[in-house]
Amino acid sequence: MKITTKNLNLWYGTFHALKNVNSNIEPNRITAIIGPSGCGKSTLLRVFNRMNDLIEGVRTGGEVLIDDRNILDPATDLVALRKKVGMVFQRPNPFPLSVYENIVFGEKIHADGITRDRLDEIVERSLRDVLLWDELKDRLNEPALRLSLEQKQRLCIARLIAVKPDVLLMDEPCSTLDPQATARVEELMRELKNKYTIIIVTHNMQQAARVSDDTGFMLLGELIEFGKTENIFTAPYDKRTEDYITGRYG
Amino acid sequence: MERHVDQELKELNKDILKMGALAEEAIYKSVEALKNRDKNMAKSVIDNDANIDKLELVVDERCIDLIARYQPMAKDLRFITTGMKINAELERIADIAVDIAQRTLEIADKPLLKPLIDIPRLAAVAQNMVKMSIDSFVKGDIALAKKVLLSDSEADQLRNIIQKELIEDYMVKDGTTAPRAVQLLLIARFLERICDHTTNIAEDVIYMVQAEVIRHHPEKLKNGK
Repeated sequence: MKITTKNLNLWYGTFHALKNVNSNIEPNRITAIIGPSGCGKSTLLRVFNRMNDLIEGVRTGGEVLIDDRNILDPATDLVALRKKVGMVFQRPNPFPLSVYENIVFGEKIHADGITRDRLDEIVERSLRDVLLWDELKDRLNEPALRLSLEQKQRLCIARLIAVKPDVLLMDEPCSTLDPQATARVEELMRELKNKYTIIIVTHNMQQAARVSDDTGFMLLGELIEFGKTENIFTAPYDKRTEDYITGRYG
Repeated sequence: MERHVDQELKELNKDILKMGALAEEAIYKSVEALKNRDKNMAKSVIDNDANIDKLELVVDERCIDLIARYQPMAKDLRFITTGMKINAELERIADIAVDIAQRTLEIADKPLLKPLIDIPRLAAVAQNMVKMSIDSFVKGDIALAKKVLLSDSEADQLRNIIQKELIEDYMVKDGTTAPRAVQLLLIARFLERICDHTTNIAEDVIYMVQAEVIRHHPEKLKNGK
């Protein structure tokens, strides 16, 4: 297993946001987390690189093992963790820098004194991995903010993989994209899973059904059902899952 | 809260029921026509088949439209895909009723080779299986669907008895009986095929209700699963 959660609980102050979440996430697969707004799916995603730590009053219990190490351990090196477990957000958020500087930003932090040739290599590899190299190889010095939304989102993914993570967390990565751009990002995800373990939170059930190998359904902080995507969407065993995915929930 | 798609699923259900009723009627009339050597009734089965074919297309279009517009999941998806398959089975059953009616027209004016005993029995089994399979779909009744599956061996046995008798007691002993014996053999074969289609419907119903595929897994039925 790449990631295992054991009796994971999380509280925002007195609000119990994650309740005894037990899950096993396999490497080199795409795992989708679905559920209604406020069910805890983004909270769960943010546990995997301890982004919730930035929120005041957060408490956690249980264990989250990534490669058999409990990342909830207070001694965890958060910079190293976030290098290993990167995150893509709903709205693409490139830095107000050039395309090139966006990609090498992380590497410059993590590796002091790196040569220009090495950085060039990283830029090319990262852009090739997100299928942007041909489009942007002659525009590397242009401001990233001038790119299309889809290009910005791909650039953000390229920025992540430049620092060679193992796990990519994606929080509604296509919600601002049109259907064509969404389809292309989904294709990219399928390519990327050969190298990375991907966890995606999405409101779009068709997207979860299309792109993921495994799916977890969350409701009111609980992981109700977790299994192979084809089973969840054709024959879920829990009635609450069925009600949600057939639009009967609520 | 009723969803908009629920209304459309109800309409689909109604159309499949109509299809089932028409197929059942076609089988009933074709068997009655055979028993009573009633050429008018046989012709009415043949004439009515065009209506069944039309309805088959309507049901198919409805299913495709539902999938395209609603991207159904879970039990909605199972209901629609099962509906499509059952629709095709019912259309095939109605076609077989036409085959029986055509054979009836062939033999209606000729003296019967022998009194019909086992063929009406097989016809009764087939009719009952058609009825049970459609009822199992309507009620989502797994027990009834399994009863259909278990009835199939009775149909096979009767078909074998009919076949053996026609070949050994008639065709082998007196070759001149062959043309009439072949017609009865075909009718027995058609009735047995109808039973096979009803078992397909029953298997589809089991999948629709409990998402279990028992097609090509007879051991699952024997194990009582």
